Amino acid sequence: MTPRELAQAIPDGALLALPPDYSLPAMAVVRALIVQKKRNLRLLGVPVLGLCADLLIGAGCVAEVESSAVSLGEAGLAPRFSEAAEKGEIVVRDATCPAVHTALQAAEKGVPFMPLRGVLGSDLIENRPDWQVSQNPFSEGEDPILFVPAIAPDIALFHARWADEAGNVWVGRRRELATIAHAAKQTLVTFEESKPGNMLEDELLAPGVISAAYISAAAPAKRGAWPLGMPEVYDIDDAHLALYAGAARTRKGFQRYLDEFICIPEKSSSPASSRA
Amino acid sequence: MGAASPIPASGALLLQQKNPSLRVSLLHRRKGNPFTEGSRELFDLAGQGRIDVFFLGGAQIDGEANLNLVRADGRRFPGSFGSAFMYSVVKKTILFREEHSPRVLVPKVEFISARGDPAALVTGKAWFSWQKDKRRFRLESVHEPGDIRAETGFSFDSADTVPTTPSPSAEDLALLRGPVAKAIAADYPDFAKRVWGIN
Repeated sequence: MTPRELAQAIPDGALLALPPDYSLPAMAVVRALIVQKKRNLRLLGVPVLGLCADLLIGAGCVAEVESSAVSLGEAGLAPRFSEAAEKGEIVVRDATCPAVHTALQAAEKGVPFMPLRGVLGSDLIENRPDWQVSQNPFSEGEDPILFVPAIAPDIALFHARWADEAGNVWVGRRRELATIAHAAKQTLVTFEESKPGNMLEDELLAPGVISAAYISAAAPAKRGAWPLGMPEVYDIDDAHLALYAGAARTRKGFQRYLDEFICIPEKSSSPASSRA
Repeated sequence: MGAASPIPASGALLLQQKNPSLRVSLLHRRKGNPFTEGSRELFDLAGQGRIDVFFLGGAQIDGEANLNLVRADGRRFPGSFGSAFMYSVVKKTILFREEHSPRVLVPKVEFISARGDPAALVTGKAWFSWQKDKRRFRLESVHEPGDIRAETGFSFDSADTVPTTPSPSAEDLALLRGPVAKAIAADYPDFAKRVWGIN
């Protein structure tokens, strides 16, 4: 399999769960989605979104975003997201981080909803007709609590450090990726390196594994998270993120960025150099 | 420490230098991240009551201590992050904002991302306490003499004379510019470069 083929498996209109920039996004597949001109994707931030979302939104691939935030971190605001939201070009379903985790955990447990403390008094609730505030059924006195419905994404997409011969992948401490793999109908993964054998047989590796039972397809992608980082393998390319943030401030600059870094013939999953 | 919080992180690390038993957990620590369960763990910890102090900012903060991280004047901001949860669940939330201006400190936010009772509001110009019964800030000190009322869009209480915030001691400055700067630079390289000139 290749990242391009993983992208081909993602249909227009899919509810696509993506990790934040600090948690192994599958950038090679995101670039392929843009090249393949996907349309009407509905993005779910787990629990926030960054570069992937800004790229996909700027490229016209996205109809809707559910996230607690979309930002480029130290590189600043996500400019394509901001403009699209301000102009009403995408639907934004604002959430708050634990509400996303809780909704995914409900799907992970196979229950229709789960409660969450806090959040009452926030305008987020008014804008989410799908969220309910009800009486805690186990409380004697008045005790309103928020209930969020389960979210089962069509596709979970992320990058992993290793995939083994048995089809398991290793993501280490990034357990939100395990949550989306459990909650989603399909999970597509790129991986940095192959490992022989079965990681589940290694007691030190096993806690960081997502078992093959959850993985629909996996494709190798060296530097597959670039320009984001992979702990202990390569750092975040801060210079490139700053370059993107500057370019993407305007549609023209964003198009130039696409021409230079995205819509290039696929030789490898990362460009040879990052020109500043 | 949550997202995008190098300033309170610096303050907490300074305190930790002097009180090594203090546990400071930086959500976005690039190396040696204290969380093993992924990004949900911070919120689970708060829900369990294990977080004593958290820090929150916002694009807008109003006189009733509401936070807005979503939209104002037709402009879209990144989003509420975990604020809607953390503000009401953590016992002690300190609001912070480097920019102190009528643009940020507004009479009433356009959108309430989070509502709660803060422990304090610290800005680049002043420190306010929160009067829970009155739901109103009280100006406690200013970092430099100036017209704070002109710079603040919401009304607040204050004593007739407001003291000046004590400057950091020579020891604190040395710690901030030394080990704290180094620790912060690992996770917030742009901030460390801007504030301390670290490359």
